[in-house]
Amino acid sequence: MKTFRIGGIHPAPDKITAGKLIVAVAPSGQLRILLSQSIGAPAKPVVKAGDTVLPGMMIAEAGGFVSAPVHSPCAGTVAKIEKIRNTKGLWQEAIIINVDEQADQNVPERPRTPEEIEALTADRLIGIISDAGIVGLGGATFPTRVKLSVPEGKKAEYIIINGAECEPYLTCDDAIMRIHATEIIRGAELLKRASGAEHIIVGIEANKPEAIDAMRQAAAQYAGVDVVKLKMKYPQGSEKQLIDSLTGRRVPPGKLPIDVGCIVDNVATAFAVYEAVYLGKPLTHRVLTVTGPEVADAGNFLVPFGLSLASIIDRAGGLPDDTGKVIAGGPMMGQAVADLDAPNAKGTSGILIIPAKMSERKPTGPCIRCAKCVDACCMGLEPYLLMTLAQNALWEEAKKHSAMSCLECGSCSFICPADRPILDFIKLAKSRIKAMK
Amino acid sequence: MSVITVSILILGITGIIAAVVLYIVAKKFHVYENPDIARIEEILPGANCGACGFSGCHAFAKACAEAKSLEDLQCPGAGQEGMEQIAAIRGLTAGTLTRRVAIVGCNGACAYRHEATHYDGVRSCAIEAGYYGGETPCVYGCLGCGDCVSVCPHDAIAMDDETHLPVVDFSKCVGCGKCADACPHNVIEIATLSDEHPLVYVACRNKDKGGIAIKECDVSCIGCGKCKRACPVDNAVTVSEFLAHIDPALCIGCEKCVEECPRHSIHSLTV
Repeated sequence: MKTFRIGGIHPAPDKITAGKLIVAVAPSGQLRILLSQSIGAPAKPVVKAGDTVLPGMMIAEAGGFVSAPVHSPCAGTVAKIEKIRNTKGLWQEAIIINVDEQADQNVPERPRTPEEIEALTADRLIGIISDAGIVGLGGATFPTRVKLSVPEGKKAEYIIINGAECEPYLTCDDAIMRIHATEIIRGAELLKRASGAEHIIVGIEANKPEAIDAMRQAAAQYAGVDVVKLKMKYPQGSEKQLIDSLTGRRVPPGKLPIDVGCIVDNVATAFAVYEAVYLGKPLTHRVLTVTGPEVADAGNFLVPFGLSLASIIDRAGGLPDDTGKVIAGGPMMGQAVADLDAPNAKGTSGILIIPAKMSERKPTGPCIRCAKCVDACCMGLEPYLLMTLAQNALWEEAKKHSAMSCLECGSCSFICPADRPILDFIKLAKSRIKAMK
Repeated sequence: MSVITVSILILGITGIIAAVVLYIVAKKFHVYENPDIARIEEILPGANCGACGFSGCHAFAKACAEAKSLEDLQCPGAGQEGMEQIAAIRGLTAGTLTRRVAIVGCNGACAYRHEATHYDGVRSCAIEAGYYGGETPCVYGCLGCGDCVSVCPHDAIAMDDETHLPVVDFSKCVGCGKCADACPHNVIEIATLSDEHPLVYVACRNKDKGGIAIKECDVSCIGCGKCKRACPVDNAVTVSEFLAHIDPALCIGCEKCVEECPRHSIHSLTV
């Protein structure tokens, strides 16, 4: 079985919700939709207080080249546009919509016929994807349109569909692959056409046999689609590592996947592209996993954007009594949530509820130069050194030792036998190096 | 001859040859340095804090030794007395020292600003600020991890155990600004003290609307503008983004705003 060459770790998978179906959550009460749901400039609202909105209606337009429009997931009235707290507790502009619970909340479908789809040009496809507000749903929320706009002089050879889902606990991509395999392959075909690529490779880790079977069956109808079973290793779902696993190519430091002829999109993104092109539905909902060792009804939920995390957790049986931490995303790369009233957004792939006894940080010991972090680093860096440089505020030195190549996967902190907060310091060094420019 | 004698001889001769070579090299490559520099450096505190605007004490000493006038050169660490001594070495007159100190622009002690979350990560404000807005609902105030304390070269700042806010020891602070640079929320600023009147400053950074700011902290500035109305000088106090600002150049130190502030977020300082 294939996997990437450098580094990597093997955290316990803890996929409690594997095999669960996707439960749809209806919008109710008030939706608070953040304007900044993707990397880049926040969207600009095109509605004002008092306006009536319908499901699927655009409520904010892209605020720049790297930006994505935002659509209403519900029928209702715009109450106001104001600053609310995001999951980090920081203030961000949001559109507040009072949901009209009597109205039909289904996003209307405007299906295209097979002939219409066949006739779409690459530019038109990118236009539809852009108008639907689609961003990378793996968590990085990079606008998909920007990825598909291949710069001049470069050529996309492979569309890589990322079904690795190497983060422990999360199963939302697994669920989509099991249930919507055909749609994902159709979405991937559209991404291939839009970018002018030649092949499609789907990478799925070996712990998802049902998803692999479903995807292989769906792919059998299409030529040039490979579904590859990957050996389990974290962080396989990272763009650069997945490219290495599947094609053996390495993305040089500071370069993008397109520089080695690859475009990587998550399975959920491919599904969103299918919905946008075949059904005419913009991105208003996403599948996320609500999970944790003590969550009563852990599962995969199809959730409209703008619902508070607290209300989503209620759908999974409520917050357990001894909760220590709630994490947005997975346990490796996710971040603790400061305010449970914060809404979910395009990048929220999971809500992980950790009991108090598991959430405490262990006491830190001195570095014993065991070099486990060096072995674990999937970018070939020296994490222990970067940490020391950051502790001594030697930002220039840290830059020379490629701190900016760190993808913040957390393998170093995970593997450290002295429980040193290595990644915390590397993140600090990265932010200081960025500020130096 | 015994082994011991041979060893002593070899080592002794090597030592003598090396000493001669070193002496010649030292003479040959001798660099003349103004002796004033070393004498001035002895007067300076040697903390390399940068309050003088130079990269360190040696650079400042060099500048003093070469300057035609000492009017614009100031080392707050050495103080007025120290600058007089330097002036005596050079046979020039020293300028009057501007007294600058660090002031803490947050008075949201634990009792006024309640924890909504608990941060158990690395005790570093810079790292905490990278993750989120802080343990309390106010995302503008002091984070309380003490980055300012660890960077201070003069040991002039300490965290108060009760309030969890930094406290400046004005007898040691020289206003070098290292703490102000280290503070990720820009809570600490460097202010110039006046001989004539107390220093009046806003000890709050909260830019939230009054209604929100009131809930976040018991001593937050809510931007009500009472200070502005109480102030006898035009434009000395302004309110923008629901936060009062005092222009130190215009402030006459009458302390009317301090008395008027319903939130006790304007403080006055006499050192």
